[in-house]
Amino acid sequence: MDPQRWKQEVLKKYPSKVAKKREKSIMVHEGADNIKPIQANVRTIPGIITQRGCTYAGCKGVVLGPTRDIVNLVHGPIGCSFYAWLTRRNQTLPPTPDSPNYMMYSFSTDMQDSNIVFGGEIKLKQACREAFELFKPKAIGIFSTCPVGLIGDDVHAVAREMKEELGINIFGFSCEGYKGVSQSAGHHIANNALVKHVIGLTDKAVEGKYKINMLGEYNIGGDAFELERILDKCGISLNSSFSGNSTMEQFERAHMADLNVVMCHRSINYVAEMMEKKYGIPWFKVNFIGAEASAKSLRKIADYFGDQDLKNRVEEVIAEELAIVKKSIDEIKPRTDGKMAMLFVGGSRAHHYQELFNELGMSTLSAGYEFGHRDDYEGRRVIPTITIDADSRNIEELTVEADPMKFKPRKTEEELKALEALDFNGYDGMLAEMAKGTLIIDDLSHYEMEKLIEIYHPDVFCAGIKEKYCVQKMGIPLKQLHSYDYGGPYAGFEGAVNFYKDIDMIVNTSIWKMIKAPWEAEPVIEAEYAA
Amino acid sequence: MEAVKSPKKTFVSTRNACKLCAPLGASVVFKGIKGCLPMIHGSQGCATYIRRYMISHFKEPVDIASSNFSEETTIFGGNRNFNTGIENIIQQYNPEVIGIASACLSETIGEDIPRLIREYRTVNASKALPVFVNASTPSYQGTHMDGFHEAVSSVVANLAECGETGTHINIFPGFVSPADLRHLKDILTDFGLDYVLFPDYSDSLDNPHWKEYQIIPEGGTAVSEIKRTGTAKASLEFGYILNLGGINSRITESKAAFTAAQWLEKNRSVIRCKLGMPIGINETDRFFKQLEELSGKPTPNRYERQRGRLVDAYVDGHKYVFGKRAIVYGDEDMVVGLVAFLTEIGIEPVLVASGGESGILKREIERITEGKYPQMKVVSGMDFESINEMTEELKPDIFIGNSKGYYISRRLGIPLVRVGFPVHDRFGAQRLQHLGYEGTQQLFDRITNALIEYKQEHSPVGYKYI
Ligand code: SF4
Ligand code: SF4
Repeated sequence: MDPQRWKQEVLKKYPSKVAKKREKSIMVHEGADNIKPIQANVRTIPGIITQRGCTYAGCKGVVLGPTRDIVNLVHGPIGCSFYAWLTRRNQTLPPTPDSPNYMMYSFSTDMQDSNIVFGGEIKLKQACREAFELFKPKAIGIFSTCPVGLIGDDVHAVAREMKEELGINIFGFSCEGYKGVSQSAGHHIANNALVKHVIGLTDKAVEGKYKINMLGEYNIGGDAFELERILDKCGISLNSSFSGNSTMEQFERAHMADLNVVMCHRSINYVAEMMEKKYGIPWFKVNFIGAEASAKSLRKIADYFGDQDLKNRVEEVIAEELAIVKKSIDEIKPRTDGKMAMLFVGGSRAHHYQELFNELGMSTLSAGYEFGHRDDYEGRRVIPTITIDADSRNIEELTVEADPMKFKPRKTEEELKALEALDFNGYDGMLAEMAKGTLIIDDLSHYEMEKLIEIYHPDVFCAGIKEKYCVQKMGIPLKQLHSYDYGGPYAGFEGAVNFYKDIDMIVNTSIWKMIKAPWEAEPVIEAEYAA
Repeated sequence: MEAVKSPKKTFVSTRNACKLCAPLGASVVFKGIKGCLPMIHGSQGCATYIRRYMISHFKEPVDIASSNFSEETTIFGGNRNFNTGIENIIQQYNPEVIGIASACLSETIGEDIPRLIREYRTVNASKALPVFVNASTPSYQGTHMDGFHEAVSSVVANLAECGETGTHINIFPGFVSPADLRHLKDILTDFGLDYVLFPDYSDSLDNPHWKEYQIIPEGGTAVSEIKRTGTAKASLEFGYILNLGGINSRITESKAAFTAAQWLEKNRSVIRCKLGMPIGINETDRFFKQLEELSGKPTPNRYERQRGRLVDAYVDGHKYVFGKRAIVYGDEDMVVGLVAFLTEIGIEPVLVASGGESGILKREIERITEGKYPQMKVVSGMDFESINEMTEELKPDIFIGNSKGYYISRRLGIPLVRVGFPVHDRFGAQRLQHLGYEGTQQLFDRITNALIEYKQEHSPVGYKYI
């Protein structure tokens, strides 16, 4: 079915006001040279079943969740804390069995009736003391859930008081779920707090000649371990990771790196921006999803440092790794070539994973983000034109200035100019790499998803667990790209090979042939399922 | 890394909760109504998390809408969001029923959902509207089980009609697995009873593969059936605790401090038969006896044989299980049922724990065990860290409960037999059986085999025969 027609059919089902709104979030792409604006990062309409989570989920679960030595204390009723208890499959590897690791703990003030009526600050303070007494952690983060703001508890004041009393770093987040339109607002809030309360606390950098920070990599399924392996092999030192397999110390020394590379632009670009202003660390976008993309990203980093030794080393590593990758592609691609994927996930994955599918000869027919902004679709150049609505205004915009003591330009103006090709502070977004005629849908609703599957029958649909069983009931395999379906890593070179194997397995399984029972009549030929 | 041990201390914080939040329970109930789409009136995150959690257990599509509060809504009230939400649901899904659960946020600002429903009905009086049901489920007043029972009572109180008493019976099984529900239906059918089972998510949360996509999964108790609960001759209700704790615990306000069967007894004169969860032989015997009385028929041979086989298994398995020490945790009525069963097979429940706080768990456990285990600890309002800290002293051989206790059993290197909800680290949670002779047989086999496996793995010889 022609995508324009698909769009019209789907919109018909909505009440007219809703259709008007959804209209702007569904777009038939006109090609990289004719990128049109798309509506993104606006509130989901009530009653529409969305993939999105809440601000708190983005703040606690995504950004701070993967850091092992901070105690995350959730201030609110129990559910919010329970549901965010180790559900994201991010991994961590403490150096010794005795090293602090609080990731498997879900601490909550478990607010009760009386706390809602009389306020929960006293309970919160007590909970801080308990966390301290139990673990003597380096830091405690306090996360507010919906009722907190409403009943007027001041988590920041409590944090300050407890910091004083207990003598460790304690900070709060006003990340009440309703504040933003999705997880995205929570990312921003978390970024702000890291800049305000953590980054810059210690000047002891990691050892090494080429020190970088990896931003927006969350070690789902062990991705960070694979990237650590590659960087290590190239002789590049990882000074800090935001935040896969990370520690508080890594955040504290982040300002000592020579370069920030950004994986997931959506969730962490604020930290990259602020660190540049405050400490003079340049940043650029990389992508380690896909073997070619990984090679390209490594070259970018080597070019930045400009050192011939490093460049040589990086080329050696790439050659070695790609040889293995190629073998795998040669074997698998004949079985996957020409198949079709759809990706609706996250704020960068729906873009990044297209690389991997391309490598398998698979095309992406439709894609969209769950919580991306316009810049994630259209590229950062549209940022000045993005309208700020009430929901975005809710989230604090930190203004940072060059730190009088710690600001240090890493490159001169001329050097940066010469390196322009690295595209500092740039990101072209998803649309620049998608084919003309593809369907771009922001904040895909459950209903729209059903219609996509029904009409287009992709060979694989990528989303999360909430969509999984629904799509599979329709006879289409779903690959979870939040949790990787218990697989992974998928980043880097070994990750790419893992992904090829998993996709091969998925799109070439024989299960679907069994759907029809032998006693059933021949199915009616279904019309109009052309790609 | 281990927490610094301080078993004596009591905490105000909840560390690794052994309970979920109230709208989840209500959503499960709404999924057990035919043609129902649940909506959570509050922020979008709650609906997303709750869907996510139910899906990871049932491995089925679970659609739950949200009225998606924004900052503005928290100030001006949720009425516009409510109306838009309902309108959208009707337009896209055209459900027969919309089940609305409140959440912490909407309750905090004092939203009155019955009023919102009334107003919506009035404004749209000319249209054919779905049936609306609702449950008041603030999570700061109780757990997912309180939400579950609140929804059951509230739906029944809303729909049960008056009329002449029929020959049918009601059965309110509580929060059990889809396979349990299917088994119950078989039993009732075999007794030749006309029954209303509510909630019935045996299909809607465990559907076969579909030929054609169903926008609202099939299965569930039809509204017309729920209406019939009012004219039944009796109600069977599993669980001694249910939401009765409301009377002597802190859960008081705005809640249905009655169970569905209580309400029907009081308002529709339907006889209420109180039963425990039929786990183990004693409790199942009571259930079957009740069915014999209600149907006027003897227990069908099939179940007699199931019972016989179960007794046979108890005898043969005795040597593996007797004297073992178990930590049992989960929903209050589920643990009462499990303890009743463990007592029969000679496993000593050294700790019985629940995140629920009805205030009557201890009393019920003591009643069921008849003081057999003076050392046994029964603790309400428990979290997993408190359980963790008690293990040193309790020296358990086995854990019986949901997936969340896995990290402790792993640390101790002892088996965990997964029951109840949530079970998201094993496949087939929707098909786990707990109830009846058949379900008990499954449980008994699983527990026995877990203990045998432990013994085998820890034996230096590696026996092949046991
Ligand atoms: S706010 Fe309440 S209803 Fe929402 S997830 Fe948290 S505990 Fe559950
Ligand atoms: S109450 Fe708020 S913070 Fe908690 S899950 Fe719901 S939306 Fe998120």
